[in-house]
Amino acid sequence: MWLFRMAWRDSRRSRQRLLLFMSAIVLGIAALVAINSFGDNLARSIDEQARELLGADLTLSWTRAPSAKTQQLLKTLGRDRAYEVSFASLVSTPKNGGVRLAQVKGLQGNFPFYGTWEVQPASAVQTFRQATSRVALVDDALLIQMGTQPGDSVRVGNLSFLIVGRVTKTPGQAAIAATVAPTVFIPNQFLAGTGLLQRGSRIAYKYYYQLAPDKATSAVDADTFIKPLAARLDKEGINYDTVTERKKQTGRSFADLTKYLSLVAFVALLLGCVGVASAVQLYVKEKVASVAILRTLGASGRQAFLIYLYQTTLMGLIGATVGAVLGSVVQLLLPRIFGNFLPITVDTALSGPAVLGGIGTGLLISVLFSLLPLLAIRNVSPLRTLRTSYEDDLQGRDPLRWLVYGLVVCFIVGFAYWQTSNLRLAVGFTGGLVVAFGLLTAIGLGLIGLVRRFFPASWSYTWRQSLANLYRPNNQTLILITSIGLGAFLIATLYLTQGLLLGRVELSGSGKQPNMVLFDIQNEQLAGVKSLVQAQHLPILQEVPVVTMRLTDINGKNGETVRKDTTQKPPKWAFTREYRVTYRDSLISSEKLVSGKVPYQFGGASYISIEKGFFERMHLKLGDTLNFNVQGAPVQTIIGGTREVEWNRVQTNFLVIFPSGILEQAPQFHVLMTRVPDNQTSAVLQRGLVSQFPNVSAIDLGLILKTIDEILAQISFVIQFMALFSILTGLLVLASSVVISKFQRLRESVLLRTLGASRNQILGITFLEYSLLGFVAALSGILLSIAGTWGLARFVFEVPYRPDALPLLVITLVVTGLTILIGVFNSRDVLVKPPLEVLRAEV
Amino acid sequence: MSILHVENLTKTYPSGGRALTVLQGVNFTLEPGDTFAIVGPSGSGKTTLLGLCAGLDRASSGSVYLNDIRLDTLTEDQRAAIRNQHVGFIFQNFQLLPTLTALENVMVPLELRGGEKNVAKTAQALLERVGLGNREHHYPAQLSGGEQQRVSLARAFINRPKLLFADEPTGNLDADTSATVVDLLFELNREAGTTLVLVTHDLELAARTQRVIRVKGGTVIADSKERIGERVNRNAEAE
Repeated sequence: MWLFRMAWRDSRRSRQRLLLFMSAIVLGIAALVAINSFGDNLARSIDEQARELLGADLTLSWTRAPSAKTQQLLKTLGRDRAYEVSFASLVSTPKNGGVRLAQVKGLQGNFPFYGTWEVQPASAVQTFRQATSRVALVDDALLIQMGTQPGDSVRVGNLSFLIVGRVTKTPGQAAIAATVAPTVFIPNQFLAGTGLLQRGSRIAYKYYYQLAPDKATSAVDADTFIKPLAARLDKEGINYDTVTERKKQTGRSFADLTKYLSLVAFVALLLGCVGVASAVQLYVKEKVASVAILRTLGASGRQAFLIYLYQTTLMGLIGATVGAVLGSVVQLLLPRIFGNFLPITVDTALSGPAVLGGIGTGLLISVLFSLLPLLAIRNVSPLRTLRTSYEDDLQGRDPLRWLVYGLVVCFIVGFAYWQTSNLRLAVGFTGGLVVAFGLLTAIGLGLIGLVRRFFPASWSYTWRQSLANLYRPNNQTLILITSIGLGAFLIATLYLTQGLLLGRVELSGSGKQPNMVLFDIQNEQLAGVKSLVQAQHLPILQEVPVVTMRLTDINGKNGETVRKDTTQKPPKWAFTREYRVTYRDSLISSEKLVSGKVPYQFGGASYISIEKGFFERMHLKLGDTLNFNVQGAPVQTIIGGTREVEWNRVQTNFLVIFPSGILEQAPQFHVLMTRVPDNQTSAVLQRGLVSQFPNVSAIDLGLILKTIDEILAQISFVIQFMALFSILTGLLVLASSVVISKFQRLRESVLLRTLGASRNQILGITFLEYSLLGFVAALSGILLSIAGTWGLARFVFEVPYRPDALPLLVITLVVTGLTILIGVFNSRDVLVKPPLEVLRAEV
Repeated sequence: MSILHVENLTKTYPSGGRALTVLQGVNFTLEPGDTFAIVGPSGSGKTTLLGLCAGLDRASSGSVYLNDIRLDTLTEDQRAAIRNQHVGFIFQNFQLLPTLTALENVMVPLELRGGEKNVAKTAQALLERVGLGNREHHYPAQLSGGEQQRVSLARAFINRPKLLFADEPTGNLDADTSATVVDLLFELNREAGTTLVLVTHDLELAARTQRVIRVKGGTVIADSKERIGERVNRNAEAE
């Protein structure tokens, strides 16, 4: 009990110094609690609004017409149903001649059954459902892009529709999705009149069902309902989606988001850990005299150690609690920031597990990262009361330190694993940190050695004094280089990784790369489309035939056999999806041969090439036979090779490539790629296509790039918002390292003042010492972050990496500047007050 | 039974690759209630001797018996327990805990021991005894040097020590304050019947003790015990 009392009494005059230690924990825990609360609320909201994600209890969709008998069945299922036919097409606005690729959806029935279809005006939904004339509901993004509004008309194929409503949110669709592929909803009965339902067009069909509740449980169970039909639907290539399935999928998609954010919080937390360790290290140095007195009066090493452990634990608990409160407030903001990316409305509520987990983590790190400096207290000798210069007690190696090092490493690996669920990544991440820490320590020791070895004895006193401060007893070189360096390393790595992630989705829109893709060109339209393109003096950069087909069996086993046999590895969707395939005997620039050969024919057999990722997901091997149904005709193939594909290049890329000489006569459509020099040429070409070949769609990559730019701006805002936590914690680490270290220098500066040093000399010495430390620490951290990010780019994200020098230079200068500023600011007492006043107050 | 018995005490430190002997072959014994001064010039080894006698450090060879307990075989924590039980300290630079008030500083030894009742009351009484009854809630930084040393005196006596070690107790004080503190030290010592071991280079102060040993270059060059013995014998003969 006395130990607690003593810890409390002793902390009274030291709380200001412990405040920085607490702040480091506050921000780290705030980030963690905010993100974890958001994750919990997201999961709960997905659970509560699951039916709204789908807008129905069950959906069935297909792209290949099912048998008449099945079609009849589909029309009768459920208590109520809505029917949707959708395809991509160029739409135009007669008012201003604008053309844009859109998703056209012909709807019939009372979609959505659950959730709200947000349309302005709200009455437009009813108008649309009961329409007898040609009306349309159009996504807000499309109206903005085309400069139109309700009351104007939109032309889809051969027909014009009056826009009666602006769609701001459709159940199950994130606002951002509407920006990428905006939709025009038209009544289904007018779809045929558009002339766009031609053979070869990529059309998707879907039924939304509202099911009757089960009589026994009075609950709707779509999974039980669909079970007896599953085999038949599979056979006919019909996909089904239930609320449970959608819930799982949505959870999975956003698990990645919350995991990435958790990693950001983890970086903030790690910086907090560095703050804790450096603050306690210097706090202990100040307390050594008090510990020696206690030891003289009869306190055991354990008692002295516990007094200060209780202090840091209590401060950690308070810091973690304040952090948890702050995090709970910040999490209220997160749904607003992420709103556009989410298909549901996330309700904000206090998350008990996140708050408790945050407080627990804060407590754990404050104890764990204090232990290392605190262990030294056990060995403080009472002899210090007799001899102030006695220092031998803190020199020895304590075997318990290795145990603490081990615990710290285990904590980092464990936490990283908890956040990423990937042991390799967790170990790699921790290994990187350990290496960074080791290198920074080596740089610190190297700096001390170099200055000592090549000491410029002929330089001015100010220079000599500031340089000598780097290696004298009680120097702060090692602690500042490691803590500031580690802070700079983590922040710069976060910044560079952010650039890496954003750069990954950047499309190549320059040089001779195509920037317009025309697809759905039928055989008989090919010559016409080509001459239309060439008439505009545009190049045909690529022309690719595409044949659609389905997989019927792998090594003689069909989808049904595979589904029943749990030992079979290929996923269920392998047999239900439609494959778009091309044929050629060579690879293109976005492809690289991984194994086997390029597609070829030999001895009457067709050897196809499979994309590497797909090959692995399907658990295939070279020599396996795959049988395809090419629109009614069976085609047998053998896997002859695998390829790696750069999916983010503007190319027509395929999972499966056939050799030439097999598919030439099969029903197919073509894709043409060209490069348009400007928006005007693009508009002229698209207008020509709409009038002459209305089924042919054109993707203007310029527009897509612009849209992606907007999305990226939002994503980078989100990332920067979260990184702010880390940056703030990094600044606190810097402040705590420098502020607490001032007590090391204060006595000496006061002594110099007493001996007659001028303000400018003291200022010069302080400025030079912190400049050197700040610059070396920042530069080391930045160089390490370049190496670290290169590792992440090479082994984790698998993207090329070129560091951008300017922001790194800025980070280096900012960190150096802040170190100087905080260092000089904290020495102001020595500069402005008489030496005696400072001596009485501080020493 | 002796309260402190020192036997062939030697202390060496490694220095620049060689062993530096700071104390060599020191022997003496103190009885309960004795007052004893160790004098000598700076660097003579007197503070080292005090440190070894109080169990703050371990001898390179030889033994120290404090209240018949052999210190050199004990661990640091065991020696700490002995100090708490039997020893009080006064230091030249007071060595008060800067974060505790005067009263709390005085309470520390008894609170460390645990199980004691009325600790605050005892501490308060001692502070009043040293004339600081009205300064109990002041922190060391708010007290003068003399006041700090008086708090230190109160702390030294709170655990009713058998042995009190004082290392240059007036070294940081002016003449007037020194006199007050020294008077108080000897008064308290007499009242408590404590054995006092004083390290000083102030011969006037040393003269107030019953026995003085002179240390130089790590060895005892003179011990007044014989002289005192002779004086006692002469007095007896005269009577």
